[in-house]
Amino acid sequence: MTDTTTQVYRVWIKAAPEKIWAAITEPEWTRKYGYAAPSFYELKPGGAYRSEATEEMREFGRQNGFPIPDTIVDGEVLESDPPRLLVQTWRMLMDPTTAAEPFTKLTYLIEELKSEPGVCRVTVTHELVDAPATATMVAGSPLDEAGGGGWAWVLSDLKSLLETGSPLSAR
Amino acid sequence: MADDDRVFKALADPTRRFLLDLLFAREGRTLTELESEVEMTRFGVSKHLKVLEEAGLVVVRREGREKLHFLNPVPIRLIHDRWIDKYTERHVTALVDLKRSLEEES
Repeated sequence: MTDTTTQVYRVWIKAAPEKIWAAITEPEWTRKYGYAAPSFYELKPGGAYRSEATEEMREFGRQNGFPIPDTIVDGEVLESDPPRLLVQTWRMLMDPTTAAEPFTKLTYLIEELKSEPGVCRVTVTHELVDAPATATMVAGSPLDEAGGGGWAWVLSDLKSLLETGSPLSAR
Repeated sequence: MADDDRVFKALADPTRRFLLDLLFAREGRTLTELESEVEMTRFGVSKHLKVLEEAGLVVVRREGREKLHFLNPVPIRLIHDRWIDKYTERHVTALVDLKRSLEEES
């Protein structure tokens, strides 16, 4: 058996699991790294999730003639076990192609290392069944020409923010 | 050993780079599948995969009774960001650029 639709990303971050959990689930944090879109979670099974377009995205969209929706990603919380496990559905609404694809499943697992307390292993598993355009987007473009670096870039930026206090773009 | 040392050591071996190539082409493969592509014993392939896993370049995920191997690009991204990404400021516009490129393709 092979699984060609799932993508797995892993990064080690020197930070407490609670801090990493906050950086993933609180808008004050999510606006500081990656695509900088504030994320809103209702952290219980069946709870709503959404990420909002930033003012910069809207402005860029206006200038270039691409209407940007207010909510750029939506989904539903399936499982929330802070600060360790978050399972949710995830659908990118920025583009009509990805918006028409089925909801994908996203899992964040935060595990503090027994051998190195204070360091967490963060694993992002994105199950992208029947969602090829979304899969292309989250895999990132190696040259950052289209859509930036996807999950690898987001996690690299998250690591930078939590370990140095500033995201890569501000360094 | 520091994280970067593990990554560079793992990447220094041609067989291990080839295993990453295989996973880049198609992810989520079992040891048996990977073994069939390499002129090497199961034990040898499994040892190489262990080195890749310890460097964070491969992540193993259990699905049912199988262990599937995935390429994790984050350690390579970290190396990229350390030396190459200094002046990039695509933060804000990245998603919009993507939208445009998707629309141009369609």
